[in-house]
Amino acid sequence: MNIHEYQGKELLREYGVAVPNGKVAFSADEAVEAAKELGSAVSVVKAQIHAGGRGKAGGVKIAKSLDEVRTYAEELLGKTLVTHQTGPEGKEVKRLFIEEGSDIQSEYYVGLVMDRASSRVVMMASEEGGTEIEEVAEKTPEKIFREYIDPAVGMQPYQARRLAFNINIPKDLLKQAVKFMLGLYNVYMEKDCSVAEINPLVTTGDGSVMALDAKLNFDSNALYRQKDILEYRDLDEEDPKEIEASKFDLSYIALDGNIGCMVNGAGLAMSTMDIIKYYNGDPANFLDVGGGATAEKVTEAFKIILEDDQVKGIYVNIFGGIMKCDVIAEGVVEATKQIGLEIPLVVRLEGTNVETGKQILEESGLNITAADSMADGAQKIVSQVQ
Amino acid sequence: MSIFIDKDTKVVVQGITGSTGLFHTQQALAYGTNIVGGVTPGKGGTEIEGVPVFDTLRDAVNETGANASVIYVPPAFAADAIIEAVDEEMDLAICITEGIPVSDMLKVKRFMEGKKTRLVGPNCPGVITPEECKIGIMPGYIHKKGHVGVVSRSGTLTYEAVHQLSTNGVGQSTAVGIGGDPVNGTSFIDVLKEFNEDDDTEAVIMIGEIGGTAEEEAAEWIRENMDKPVVGFIGGRTAPPGKRMGHAGAIISGGKGTADEKIKTLQNCGVYVADTPAEIGDTLISSLKENNLFEKCLTHDPQ
Repeated sequence: MNIHEYQGKELLREYGVAVPNGKVAFSADEAVEAAKELGSAVSVVKAQIHAGGRGKAGGVKIAKSLDEVRTYAEELLGKTLVTHQTGPEGKEVKRLFIEEGSDIQSEYYVGLVMDRASSRVVMMASEEGGTEIEEVAEKTPEKIFREYIDPAVGMQPYQARRLAFNINIPKDLLKQAVKFMLGLYNVYMEKDCSVAEINPLVTTGDGSVMALDAKLNFDSNALYRQKDILEYRDLDEEDPKEIEASKFDLSYIALDGNIGCMVNGAGLAMSTMDIIKYYNGDPANFLDVGGGATAEKVTEAFKIILEDDQVKGIYVNIFGGIMKCDVIAEGVVEATKQIGLEIPLVVRLEGTNVETGKQILEESGLNITAADSMADGAQKIVSQVQ
Repeated sequence: MSIFIDKDTKVVVQGITGSTGLFHTQQALAYGTNIVGGVTPGKGGTEIEGVPVFDTLRDAVNETGANASVIYVPPAFAADAIIEAVDEEMDLAICITEGIPVSDMLKVKRFMEGKKTRLVGPNCPGVITPEECKIGIMPGYIHKKGHVGVVSRSGTLTYEAVHQLSTNGVGQSTAVGIGGDPVNGTSFIDVLKEFNEDDDTEAVIMIGEIGGTAEEEAAEWIRENMDKPVVGFIGGRTAPPGKRMGHAGAIISGGKGTADEKIKTLQNCGVYVADTPAEIGDTLISSLKENNLFEKCLTHDPQ
């Protein structure tokens, strides 16, 4: 799960990680009010969307007066920002973060991620602040320093010191830098982050070490024990179909194509998209109904697929293990009865109770094309949609 | 022969009285798995499906001599259950549970360092040695006894591959689901090593997916060490970056973990890669023929 920059900074502040003063604003009036309260000579008006690259896309403005704050706030609110992370459709700005300006001396990068190969959380730091870490890794990998953290004892001060020295943070700011890094690690572990990226971390003229930006993502498996993080969820930032699917515990991801897919199991669901593409079709979604789906869940899954106007055909690919084919068949029949079906539907069933499942589909009198194998089904739906 | 489990494996079920644990215990018993006990704290002294239930794993092991455990407890309690199994020095702990927080698994892995237990999973279908022992949630009847090893990050995709083998008369030695989580107990390499040393395994199918670099590391290991043909498949060629595709570990981040990169590395390391999931079986069979192993691996009549 993602949260906004201003929410991330709220969390960081709780953990003693220094951030500039700032306030969230939902209207131009609130933005001006926020700037007035901050009382700094310069204010930064920052668009709040769940995507990086806002600065380059014109989503961050420096205002030298309250009038300028109003002008920028009016300009940004309601604007659709297109960054390299939003996709071509962009994201509408609905919230702003008004922050006091900082007297920046130098910019750095500090980030925490989980390293799969070592099963350790690793803190990465670099002198190349403001640049994306992937770019630094590609062009100047020697400028990235890493500390692997033992979960038994947590991040140690010497590790933070070593990073601070390696990235040449001024020695008189060492203490602040160490406090910053250890605080960041504590947020990461205690709040079950999956990514915590500060880019840039800055040193300022008045001698502080601060997070100028903050990107915090969270492990969705851990949200059950992070109720306060769950409150940060902004549904405006998510695909409505994905929200609907999550209510029924379905794993759904919207894509750009026109062939709706319903599959059991994540690996098979991914491969079903792949095989559609292989036969020159275009999948409209990833949808895993899971191992223990009921007829009702299958019905809901079907509705979500059909609500997508782009969908011109549906491919149901089921390998029943625990999931029984007759349950899937009943769900498909029920859904089509409830919502009607005017587009081609290809169903491939294999596994537990396959014969009963096929019989239910045949006897339903619905216009369903049966497929003998995964490849056969993919070819059939692609040819019917074209 | 087989790897990890066989007819002599004595299994205890952690979380046996929950609905999932119970259902799969019934299925495993019907398959012939030697389930000797179950654990549900507070229900010790009772019996379910003719299997004695214990309050603690220690009691279960002391009373039954179990050497393997399978874990069906909910995600919030799964790390505790795994650590209990490791502390009890089980040979094998197979964790089926999906949805364990990553930070819990980091601590589990740390605790396991230097310990005896092999953990398979979490978020996996389990392990099956056909016609001997089934531990997990896979449908038993699609598997046939034979000489092809299967290792996979995905459940249903494994069933798909196994089904293709079985209908073509090619049986399996053992099928291992290592799971779809980013931090897991057993890696591709761990399983490949075992298959390489197993006299009864002649060839291996390895099914990977987007996310991480486990397939690339396995590919390098295969090039250096593997004496048997390996067929690979990678799911998620069309997956968009930055989106978690069902499995917690199936995500392309920072341009890393793409299917194309994995496929390229596998091919460079001498692995036969199937173009589509529908061709895993055929690719394996042609590799067997190329290596003069087909006759030996044809264990039953094609269906």
